[in-house]
Amino acid sequence: MGLRSRLGRARDAWSSHLATVRASEMVDERTWQELGDALILADIGVSTADELLSEVRQRVGREGVDDVDGVLDILKSVLVDRLGGADRSLALGGQPSVWLFVGVNGVGKTTTIGKLGGREAAAGRHVVFAAGDTFRAAAADQLSMWADRAGSPMVSGAEGADPSSVIFDAVEHAAARGAELVLADTAGRVHTRSNLMDELAKVRRVAEKGSGTVTETLLVIDATTGQNGLTQARQFAEVAAVTGIVLTKLDGSARGGIVVAVQEDLGIPVKLVGVGEGADDLVEFDPVDFVDALFAADVTA
Amino acid sequence: MFESLSSRFEGVLKRIRGKGRLGPEDVEEFLGELRVALLEADVHLSVVRDFQDRIRERAVGVEVSGALNPGQQVVKIVLEELTGVLGGETHRLTYASRPPTVVLLAGLQGSGKTTTAAKLARWFKAQGRNPMLIGADLQRPAAVEQLRTLAARIDVPVFSEATDPVSVARAGLAEARSLGRDVVICDTAGRLAIDDDLMAEVADVAAVLEPHHTLLVIDAMIGQDAVNTAEAFHARLSLDAVVLTKLDGDARGGAALSVKEVVGRPIAFASTGEALEDFEPFHPDRLASRILGMGDVETLIEKAEETFDQAEAEAAAQRLMDGTFTLDDFLEQLKALRKMGPLSNVMGMVPGMAQQMKGVETEVDERRIDRIEGIIHSMTPGERTDPDVIDGSRRARIAAGSGTQPNEINQLVRQFREMRKMMKQMGGSGGPGRRGRKAKGGKGRKGGGGRTTARGPAPIDKKKGLSLPGLGDPAGGGFGGLDLPGGGPTDRM
Repeated sequence: MGLRSRLGRARDAWSSHLATVRASEMVDERTWQELGDALILADIGVSTADELLSEVRQRVGREGVDDVDGVLDILKSVLVDRLGGADRSLALGGQPSVWLFVGVNGVGKTTTIGKLGGREAAAGRHVVFAAGDTFRAAAADQLSMWADRAGSPMVSGAEGADPSSVIFDAVEHAAARGAELVLADTAGRVHTRSNLMDELAKVRRVAEKGSGTVTETLLVIDATTGQNGLTQARQFAEVAAVTGIVLTKLDGSARGGIVVAVQEDLGIPVKLVGVGEGADDLVEFDPVDFVDALFAADVTA
Repeated sequence: MFESLSSRFEGVLKRIRGKGRLGPEDVEEFLGELRVALLEADVHLSVVRDFQDRIRERAVGVEVSGALNPGQQVVKIVLEELTGVLGGETHRLTYASRPPTVVLLAGLQGSGKTTTAAKLARWFKAQGRNPMLIGADLQRPAAVEQLRTLAARIDVPVFSEATDPVSVARAGLAEARSLGRDVVICDTAGRLAIDDDLMAEVADVAAVLEPHHTLLVIDAMIGQDAVNTAEAFHARLSLDAVVLTKLDGDARGGAALSVKEVVGRPIAFASTGEALEDFEPFHPDRLASRILGMGDVETLIEKAEETFDQAEAEAAAQRLMDGTFTLDDFLEQLKALRKMGPLSNVMGMVPGMAQQMKGVETEVDERRIDRIEGIIHSMTPGERTDPDVIDGSRRARIAAGSGTQPNEINQLVRQFREMRKMMKQMGGSGGPGRRGRKAKGGKGRKGGGGRTTARGPAPIDKKKGLSLPGLGDPAGGGFGGLDLPGGGPTDRM
């Protein structure tokens, strides 16, 4: 099931905001202002919104579009163009491959690993879970419940143990048993804590000390995240060579527009989207569906 | 926190503060910049508009009046409005006349409810209460385990059972009564504001608990959705206050403004770190001054008092402000500061520090501090008093002694000089030490400006005025700082 059908139950076609834009036949300054507002309310950010709209204005002028629907279509296609074209596949090829999950506290790293592990195991891959969050109380317990559901082994250490060594052990465990994939959890950390960011850089290095290769480092970002998301992405990319974004909690009223700026500024594509708490509520990112949902209205179930 | 909003404000205000009279176009330019600044800080669009309107109304046509020039008056207006939006006073949790006092926590997934529950329990314990926790998050795997682990660290009992949240709440409350606990804190599962079933469920939990305080836990990093979330939870639960978490990051936390403005409920507590003690009552007045780059003097002083004694603090602050401190003092400062918690938290509280430190040293890394300590320990007393005597051979000796590189010693000495110079300038314009100590004085000096704090009015040296180190030019040129006559703008804070 794709993002569109997943969000279908939560989102209607157009928000009331854009409904007023659409109700007016003429494209005037008010139209542009309301489009700008819609973008800002989706957390796309002022500067990205301004950039987008100036590009849309140019195209509208060039193409001689004079109806509101036409303008909206151009805005959507500009957004889709900007998000499109990226490689969103999750790379394998290591012996084993390690997918490392990083992000600030509470974004949904453990839950994402749980869902993804279930999916990969169901696809016939031999998966090992690495409980690299040794800081948060009971984080390993949480992950082990997901590992059990997936029928996959989990390697963990004591609370407060060195996360690098836990992940290293998991990689060796996987290598010894011929498992192809290690899904490595890490503790949530605020990107301004340089000691914790150094720790993460070490985790990334040590994960490749043995036989494994880190083929994906996925930054998990919560859809409610505001403009700070860009700073987060920049900092995590710097220390851990982030290869993709997982956008979680997109089934709520938040739009996750900050990922537009993240992909624009840092060239890091969104690869997966979390749309619920269930085991299969993790779907591939689809730019067209995402852009549609960006402007859709919430419908209370 | 809020550094970026501060610096943005400073840039805008710098441009208009020297003007003798503000035309509508000056005000509009200012409002435009203010809009971008607030939106980048994640303040909700509608709140930004209201904020702009209120300032426009008051700022257009402002003329020189008394000691304040128009630019200064706009500063005053912004400060007043900001304080107004954030809430005029600190929210206090009252206790029920018939215990237990019941606190219900609700919020989105990942906002930090479970950690907040434990932090709140620790806080109540420190107030001399006997809290009990109820783990009603049966949704997230191991959430109750997490709560139990945290509660064990602070020796607080937890009630939970594998039934359903409403039953857990009911049984938990009965348990608290039978155990004679006087405060009950109930953790709940994270839920989306648009999930009708789960929102109904938390309302059922609230109906059973009849909480005295219903707190919405909100992540400081949240964007425009803060308003939807707060409104939806408020509609269901009739919130009493908000807890703002993860303020230790660099998120600008505009949600604090939005939530207060839209649901009219104050922020009661702020969480500023991962440790259970990184949690404190929220002071809106302090946050408003912080947004404007004035620094959070009161919090700094309070923290300092908790950690080392007042006399020591005063003496150290005095030397710091006089610019006569040595590397030995610096070492002492580092040790004292480290006792106060993560350095990045402390630095943010020093007025203007966020700004001043920009070009100097913004990265406060605990491990680097270890190296700095090592370097200073390897110096002779003479070198510590006057680092200028350090030449090539001394440098090599110190490097060998501390296991560092000679260029690190150069760097330290250079930064030390910079810092001494900067502190001296700040001291000269009425920096934190002075104001902080006077804040203890209690009574305002006659004729001085009135900076009324939670601890009583604190006088401001009239000659020097209330300098906003981030706003004013520390060297004293140009605007120099706000000269506030009696009854100045900070009265409301």
